[in-house]
Amino acid sequence: MSLPKKGNPPSISDSAKTLADNVSAEVFSLSASVAEMEAMAKKLRRHIITMIGKAGSGHPGGSLSSVEILTALYFKVMRHKPSDHQWADRDRFILSKGHAAPLLYATLAECGYLPVAELATLRQMDSRLQGHTDRTITPGVEMSAGALGQGLSFGLGAALAGRLNGQDYRVYVLLGDGECDEGQVWEAAMASTHFKIDSLVAIVDNNGQQIDGWNRDVMNLDPFPSKWRAFGWEVIEVDGHDLNQLIQAFGEAEKVKGQPTVIIAHTIKGKGVSFMENNPDFHGKAPNAIEVEIALKELE
Amino acid sequence: METVSVREAYGRTLLELGMENPDIVVLDADLSRSTMTRFFARQFPERFFDCGIAEQNMVGVAAGLAASGKTPFASTFAVFVPGRCFDQVRMSIAQPQLNVKLVTSHGGISVGEDGTSHQSIEDLALIGSLPGFNVIVPADAIETVQAVKAAAESYGPFYIRLCRPKVAPVFGEDYRFKLGKAATMKQGGDATIIAIGLMVKEALEAAQNLEREGIYCRVLNMSTLKPIDEEAIIKAAAETGAIVTAEEHLEHGGLGSAVARVVSQNQPVPMVLVALKDTYAKSGKPAELLERYGLTAKDIEQGVRSAIKRK
Repeated sequence: MSLPKKGNPPSISDSAKTLADNVSAEVFSLSASVAEMEAMAKKLRRHIITMIGKAGSGHPGGSLSSVEILTALYFKVMRHKPSDHQWADRDRFILSKGHAAPLLYATLAECGYLPVAELATLRQMDSRLQGHTDRTITPGVEMSAGALGQGLSFGLGAALAGRLNGQDYRVYVLLGDGECDEGQVWEAAMASTHFKIDSLVAIVDNNGQQIDGWNRDVMNLDPFPSKWRAFGWEVIEVDGHDLNQLIQAFGEAEKVKGQPTVIIAHTIKGKGVSFMENNPDFHGKAPNAIEVEIALKELE
Repeated sequence: METVSVREAYGRTLLELGMENPDIVVLDADLSRSTMTRFFARQFPERFFDCGIAEQNMVGVAAGLAASGKTPFASTFAVFVPGRCFDQVRMSIAQPQLNVKLVTSHGGISVGEDGTSHQSIEDLALIGSLPGFNVIVPADAIETVQAVKAAAESYGPFYIRLCRPKVAPVFGEDYRFKLGKAATMKQGGDATIIAIGLMVKEALEAAQNLEREGIYCRVLNMSTLKPIDEEAIIKAAAETGAIVTAEEHLEHGGLGSAVARVVSQNQPVPMVLVALKDTYAKSGKPAELLERYGLTAKDIEQGVRSAIKRK
């Protein structure tokens, strides 16, 4: 019985090496400064715009809103090893909102799981970078996502496996707020509390919008934090674009015992590009060449 | 002949496997008394996860456990998995080809009195449509034990469908199940009956009755519905010239469809599908239902006569 192999990841990219300088050995638990992470966040936003612009399709809005969340996790909080993406003791990051795939790919590339140059192949035939994530072909991708609502259950399973094995890895699941319309999310929320799992952290990218408009108009989630509390979760609310607040919240979550934690990250859809911010048109629409140019200028 | 519960055979096998392999974990959706996962649950409470009446989450949790090296068996009724959570089975298990074993009970209409909502007649079409899924429908308790063990030993997604009623054994203790291979239950040259599940017993009875009319049927137990034994089907078509399939499922997308796909493209011969005809069944005793909806030895016999006539 053997697990399917995903192929060896290439060596750490130059940009990641800069950040990795102060890190010992292979374990990629970075102590990047906030300034370095802010620079990385900007870089990731530039990748997102460039990738989706080149592909001619994709989801910029929900990728841009989650940038700081992934930056904090991959460059500060998580214990992971780009040279060994199947390392058994790695912290797991599960992207449940699979349409933010461009952000995940850019982050993995900057960590060294993929060559940065490969980002230009997004959504093309035979690319490892599918429109939505595919765990069978992309190193570092934990779950095949895109069908919303499935990641928290998957993350709970990964966390239960760790507890059974006596491993101390942690599992981070990124959900969209619109995604929380799905009943399965609440099935998983109930089960996570029932199984008293504290290695599981859900992060909700609470940008307030979904395809058809504002959450409150399409399907009102309020009172959102109370819902999670009622399901037995520790709730932490942060500004999802404030790296300090995010890092502090992940630290607090580690101290919570006997129950799971959700970090509700208040964000702005399309964050960083003026004409995409809070604009539902850019949920699933690629910027044209001129828009790419303007966006990149704004992100200099 | 004494009948034996295939569900109990599953439960006991799971317990045995649990003792041998610490990576085996079991999930259920509040039906462990019916699916018989309770034997495992009692012995290994720390490795058993009752997910409550929430099948979508159960399937996702099983996938997550598998992705971190466990071998999960997840059980409920066949109407609920895959019926209730087809997308979860598709994206969380089938697409990534994760090592999850879905073993469901109460397949078919022999569920009986509980009626339409609990009679799974579409599950084989749903699960059989998923690329790379292994699908097994055992014919009796002896085959169930071996199929469950085979699933535990082979990496990848499996679906094993069991029925509610106890069934008479069709195999002896010396039977050896081989994944992807049909078992020849009886030789014959006039026609071939290909059956799964409790229809295998009906097929054998039909073959015996037809001998009195001078019609000699080959009987194949096609317990591995996927990957199906194409070689055995083509050989049967070539050597007997007529095929009748028998299953407790709609004729759309089940055994009959799978066999017809092979026959039509390789060795076209007349076929008759003994299956549910585009309808839901109702409450009733299992035997009454099987008779009402045309799933008995008599119906198979009629099918054989009709197929032979068209040779």
